[in-house]
Amino acid sequence: MVDITITVNGASHSLSVPDNTLLSDLLRENLRLTGTHIGCDTSQCGSCTVELNGRAVKACTLLAAQANNGSVTTIEGLGTPDDLHPMQAAFRDNHALQCGFCTPGMIMTAIEMINDATEPLSADQIRAGLEGNYCRCTGYQNIVKAVLAAQTQLRSA
Amino acid sequence: MTTNSGIGASVLRKEDARFITGTGGYTDDLSLPGQVYCVFVRSPHARAIIKSVDTSDAESSEGVLAVFTGEDLRSDGIGDLPCGWMVKSKDGSDMLAPSHPAIATTHVNYVGDIYAMVIADTIETAKDAAELVEADFEILTPVVDVASATTADQIHENVPHNQCYDWELGDSAATEAAFANATHVTSLYIVNNRLIPNAIEPRAALGNHDPASGLYTLYTTSQNPHLERLILAAFVNVAPEAKLHVISPDVGGGFGSKIFVYAEETAVIWATAKVGRPIKWRAERIESFQADAHGRDHVTHAELALSGDGDFLGLRVKTIANMGAYLSTFASSVPTYLYGTLLSGQYKTPAIHVEVKSVFTNTVPVDAYRGAGRPEATYVVERLVETAARELGVDPVEIRRRNFIQPSDFPYETPVALTYDTGDYEASLARALNLANYSEFAQRRNESEANGRKRGIGFSCYIEACGLAPSQVALSLGAGVGLFESAEVRVDVTGSVTVMTGTHSHGQGHETTFAQVVSDKLGIPFENVTVVHGDTSKSDYGLGTYGSRSLAVGGSAIATATDKVIVKAKKIAAHMLNSTEERVSFDEGIFKIPDSNESLSFGEVAFSAYVPGNFPIEELEPGLSEKAFYDPANFTYPAGTHICEVEMDPGTGTTKIVSFVAVDDFGTVINPMIVEGQVHGGITQGIGQALLEHGVYDADGQLLTGSYMDYTMPRADDVPDFIVDTTVTPCTHNPLGAKGCGEAGAIGATAAVMNAITNALEVKELAMPATAETVWRALTGE
Repeated sequence: MVDITITVNGASHSLSVPDNTLLSDLLRENLRLTGTHIGCDTSQCGSCTVELNGRAVKACTLLAAQANNGSVTTIEGLGTPDDLHPMQAAFRDNHALQCGFCTPGMIMTAIEMINDATEPLSADQIRAGLEGNYCRCTGYQNIVKAVLAAQTQLRSA
Repeated sequence: MTTNSGIGASVLRKEDARFITGTGGYTDDLSLPGQVYCVFVRSPHARAIIKSVDTSDAESSEGVLAVFTGEDLRSDGIGDLPCGWMVKSKDGSDMLAPSHPAIATTHVNYVGDIYAMVIADTIETAKDAAELVEADFEILTPVVDVASATTADQIHENVPHNQCYDWELGDSAATEAAFANATHVTSLYIVNNRLIPNAIEPRAALGNHDPASGLYTLYTTSQNPHLERLILAAFVNVAPEAKLHVISPDVGGGFGSKIFVYAEETAVIWATAKVGRPIKWRAERIESFQADAHGRDHVTHAELALSGDGDFLGLRVKTIANMGAYLSTFASSVPTYLYGTLLSGQYKTPAIHVEVKSVFTNTVPVDAYRGAGRPEATYVVERLVETAARELGVDPVEIRRRNFIQPSDFPYETPVALTYDTGDYEASLARALNLANYSEFAQRRNESEANGRKRGIGFSCYIEACGLAPSQVALSLGAGVGLFESAEVRVDVTGSVTVMTGTHSHGQGHETTFAQVVSDKLGIPFENVTVVHGDTSKSDYGLGTYGSRSLAVGGSAIATATDKVIVKAKKIAAHMLNSTEERVSFDEGIFKIPDSNESLSFGEVAFSAYVPGNFPIEELEPGLSEKAFYDPANFTYPAGTHICEVEMDPGTGTTKIVSFVAVDDFGTVINPMIVEGQVHGGITQGIGQALLEHGVYDADGQLLTGSYMDYTMPRADDVPDFIVDTTVTPCTHNPLGAKGCGEAGAIGATAAVMNAITNALEVKELAMPATAETVWRALTGE
């Protein structure tokens, strides 16, 4: 067992978990934050993407212990239905989701992409930046549209 | 009524609020107190005799509650997983279906076939114990190749030549005569590559049994929970129907692969009573590859007979379809009634004959995947037509126009058993040509050539048959279930409405689209309509979602039930207004009498229905809630034109889709935003088949493409922005005029892409997927 102190969505947690516990399991099973999804277990689909210390990471491929003393933001920590993060709102407004399963990971990846960019990203750059996230429903077009729309808002904020 | 939320409005989706905030509830997100975990032990061999299974070490591991084998299920009376469509061979004999136990007892027949299940208090314990299950296998030579399956070793005791059926449709003699009179014959050998559906949410099941009531509850990733319940109860014998409650909560994509009743949820719901604890199982992605039904996998020889002017005279198609190791739930219907019947396409081909042999191999069962038979038919027809045009030196557009069924020809009876009700194929073609700027293609091609690139354009004028129906016709052709849909429109006391539907939404946005229909018809705010689906205890028996049926069939049931509500509400309003039913008008949510200032809102009438003080209680029951079971009179026939333009780098063989236009006729469109999204996703799956995706087995029956490292699905930078538009000829036989849009993209796109690539490369045939290597080899001859 390993003792972990972790801040998730602004709340601090101290817990003891088996050494091999994945960050995704800690979030989903221990903290019951089930918005972070497991689509492939092998870090190829991106559904489990969360923000750890300012970086978008695939939570299914990190041990919880690697996030010890870290700060994590999950989809649940971004906004509420009445007070959405601009990226969440842009996904809704541009029909950038269908089944919704990949959506939390897409949104977390997209936010990091926009936050990291020094210049406004083109549609092609956004497509390249989304390479680590699979969506089987949308054909990506509306996701790119949503990220472009959110970028405009986030950069002017 | 014209509003910003009624029929035809791009209303934002109700369901999005929970999905974008991470508060959706998919099966794996749910947990029950005391739940334990299940791992399935899967065959590493494609074909073997199970000589013995030793579970003792696994059973004695700490934390393990139970290990079950196929014998445990069999001795408890659990039956085989059935196939729901009896197809007859051309000689009139029934198809041959091998025994398909949820957990194998005597033989394993594909890599991934289950031979034991381990249940433990944690998933890690279950996985460790699964490693301790010892099976003694006698390995047999597997049958892997589809084309030679009928002459290979016999896999199943009761299936000689591994042949499920030898089916035919159409007039053989007339077709032979057409070929005898032909000036030109175009022939193609077509492999429709095996695809692995890969919804991003893996399949999952959470079962519970309450010993006091005897009630089983199964949460599972199903596109049709009522069918799941019916099959598990009536055929597999898990529990009486009344004691089985199936819930499909939020489901993360299906594309057909979640229609079927699988071994895993069968074993989970059975075992939950045995161990006395709720059991959860969630597929790892490798299990999705090894155990979700695959799609397509046809080998076809197709010939088109033409006159010297390019008139289609006859079509002859011989297909071998791979069923995999066992018959999945609807596998037998896909290469027959959903394939052979579509071979007329948009054309007046007078004589068509198709023969389909379905064969078993030691591979994952193959069943419906987005489009299911119709993409395969479209690929045959549209590759043939394009090739014929090239061989005759005719413009591919003109040869299609020359042979189109014309608007004046409807209803049009095809030589392959369908009657198209309506359409305007020239309209969608003309719009697509315009959007694709076809007239300047030659100039673009020259520019590409000047830059050392190959450029090609390809067309696909597809048709599909959606909303499989009517029940009596399907039943007479071997279907095992009715094909209607149920709806209940339950008006609340204050005039808001709850709609129960037997369809299931796993990305399609039914909570929004259906609410638009009801809000539009009742003239009440969209926000006041709540759609409920996916729970056998809430909605009436319905058939779920597949085959682009939800709006055309399910929506029609909702519209019909809503009309019944209006009829009763008018009677109540007439009483309240001291008038007669005939004199009451209802428009935009208001009941009125002509030449009178008196009116009632829908809410006032609803309230009176439940608080019946001022109510015709002698003539009417109180309450305002109506049901409908809608059984369509015919299929619907969405159709359209896809045009793809590609540019290729001859140095690397890389294909870039530089333009993709889709103009579709889906009949009445309720929510254009949602429809457009469905088209984008479908096209992307069609492009995936053409350029990237291929389920590959080696000669030993090992799945070489068993992970996302080996099986390539389109990522964001593999596809362009699509140009999509619609034309409208409303369906003539359902109340909404809707035809369905879910599969069109996947049906039309593949042929358009391959026609473009073969055009660019100036080759007749090219195997899918047209990867960079395939293209490079075609160009270099290496």
